[in-house]
Amino acid sequence: MYITPEGKEIFVVDGHTHFWDGSPENQANIHGKQFIDCFYAYHSNLSPKEELWEKSKFEKYSADQLYNDLFIEGPDDIAILNSTYLKDFYKDGFNTIERNHTVAKKYPNRFIVNGSFDPRDGEKALEYIHWMKETYNIQGVKMYTAEWNGSSKGWRLNDPDAYKCFELCDKLGIKNIHVHKGPTIIPLNKDAFDVHDVDYAATDFQNLNWIIEHAGLPRLDDFCWIATQETNVYAGLAVALPFIHTRPRYFAEVIAELLFWIGPDKLLFGSDYAIWTPKWLVEKFWACQLPADISAERVGIQLTDEIKEKILGLNAARLYNIDIAARKAEFAKQPMMIAAE
Amino acid sequence: MPDAPRLPAELLAEPPLEQVWARLDLVMDPELDEAVTDLGFVESVSITPSLHHDDPREVQVSFRLPTYWCSPNFAFLMAESIKREVEVLPWVARAVVTLHDHMAADEMNAAINAGRSFGSVFEDLHPGEDLSALREKFDRKAFQRRQEVVIKALQALTYSPEWLVDMTLTELEAVTFQDPEDARQTGRYLAILKAKGLARQPSDRALPDYDGVPLTAEGFRTYMELLRSVRINMEFSGSLCRGLKATRYKQADLSGEVPVLVDFVPADLPDGANSIRTFH
Repeated sequence: MYITPEGKEIFVVDGHTHFWDGSPENQANIHGKQFIDCFYAYHSNLSPKEELWEKSKFEKYSADQLYNDLFIEGPDDIAILNSTYLKDFYKDGFNTIERNHTVAKKYPNRFIVNGSFDPRDGEKALEYIHWMKETYNIQGVKMYTAEWNGSSKGWRLNDPDAYKCFELCDKLGIKNIHVHKGPTIIPLNKDAFDVHDVDYAATDFQNLNWIIEHAGLPRLDDFCWIATQETNVYAGLAVALPFIHTRPRYFAEVIAELLFWIGPDKLLFGSDYAIWTPKWLVEKFWACQLPADISAERVGIQLTDEIKEKILGLNAARLYNIDIAARKAEFAKQPMMIAAE
Repeated sequence: MPDAPRLPAELLAEPPLEQVWARLDLVMDPELDEAVTDLGFVESVSITPSLHHDDPREVQVSFRLPTYWCSPNFAFLMAESIKREVEVLPWVARAVVTLHDHMAADEMNAAINAGRSFGSVFEDLHPGEDLSALREKFDRKAFQRRQEVVIKALQALTYSPEWLVDMTLTELEAVTFQDPEDARQTGRYLAILKAKGLARQPSDRALPDYDGVPLTAEGFRTYMELLRSVRINMEFSGSLCRGLKATRYKQADLSGEVPVLVDFVPADLPDGANSIRTFH
């Protein structure tokens, strides 16, 4: 729960968090090292100085640390843990659904764990989707189209094999498809950060919600166009949000652009923990106001408290059928667990 | 566009290393439309010693990018441009370009220096990819970004959309900008406008779109929204690339001087890192 300076309670759903193991012991090769190094560079580059972590802590942190940073120190009420396998880079995977479930089990009612699959696995991918639904009753998945798999260095959402998987997701009620479309990892397509496959998939699967993590940056223009056309496309703010500290005016321009094109009901807060922690992000976001000229350039749009509340939790709660009143009552009765040790 | 080869007299006037750096200042990161030298990507330049001053010589340029994962096609475009720009110098027999610390560095370095195409190296990953289409796409974005700066600067001088859509090349070239950055960007805009053949005669419109279609006063606002979104994207990449580059190699802030790369892990030190740009 975030309490505003005026004393208002804001229910926070953190739409994008991780529980990874990028430690040297788990790295399978140089790519594994370079991958976590790249994440660490994002962390060091965009975090306030007082929020910086030691490299070794960043590579591998405990479940208690995660719980503490999100829910005790941090303002989160519910966090969505996304799974990213990267089995070509990490011996036991980077953050698999099994690993994520160890935390969800330890701290019940706080986490929603999303699965992941790789359509290039063909029949096995379909079996795996069934298995995840039966074992963990997943509501969503995280897709990493730039992930390596043997000799393949990436795939597209509108590949025929991917369509078979999405048909199955639709049938099983796995509604929320988070897609990484942003910077970070090697993208070997024609245009490295192309978002056009979202357009096809979102049109062809109207029952599914397509949450585009990182808002397609740095292809925000293409993304805004697609998201304006498609009613079932959402934007996750992870990676865009931390610019609020290093370049606040630039962040204002990005959020203004998203509000202008997509509107306030389809934007989702995400810390991208552990790249960034939610406390400072939410505080700065609540304090953020659009500069007058940025607002004037876009028919006077504003980042109001109502809009901030939607972005911080109400929008994600709608996608994940979270009953906010019930959860608030439940959390109020149950004192916050103190992380062990 | 490359300048004409320099005359020997000028050659004597400017040290060779300076000349190479001046050529490198013309190489843009295609995605950001900013010079690779400004971005700190070029790490070292060296020139093979020769017995006689006027012998053709070999130049070695090494560069690094913000991450190990930077897109190979972008990296390839930059490496090609570096080689091409340096080889414009009449005394350069050959430029050897080396990209360090990149997932595809070995394959790419071999191909660039042998004059092979991108497609020949990454046939399995990018079947049939034609980098000229990518280059064209980035040229379009560079044009749009530069044009937005020019239009906004003109609007600040109270030019109306009605005026701007019909503004001629002569009229634009006659405008005096107070802000040196506006003046610099206008120069860059005019360069790409002319290079693309979008305005040839003094009476041609100076502010068409990239396809050569004149703007209209009615469509002006929508057009500016497009330019704005292009800029926001490019700024995102630019800011991130600079930040990641600085974080990756812990660049020192030597205020007032050209930044140099320091604090490498010894194993990461490339050959030739002794000739960093320190002559200014």
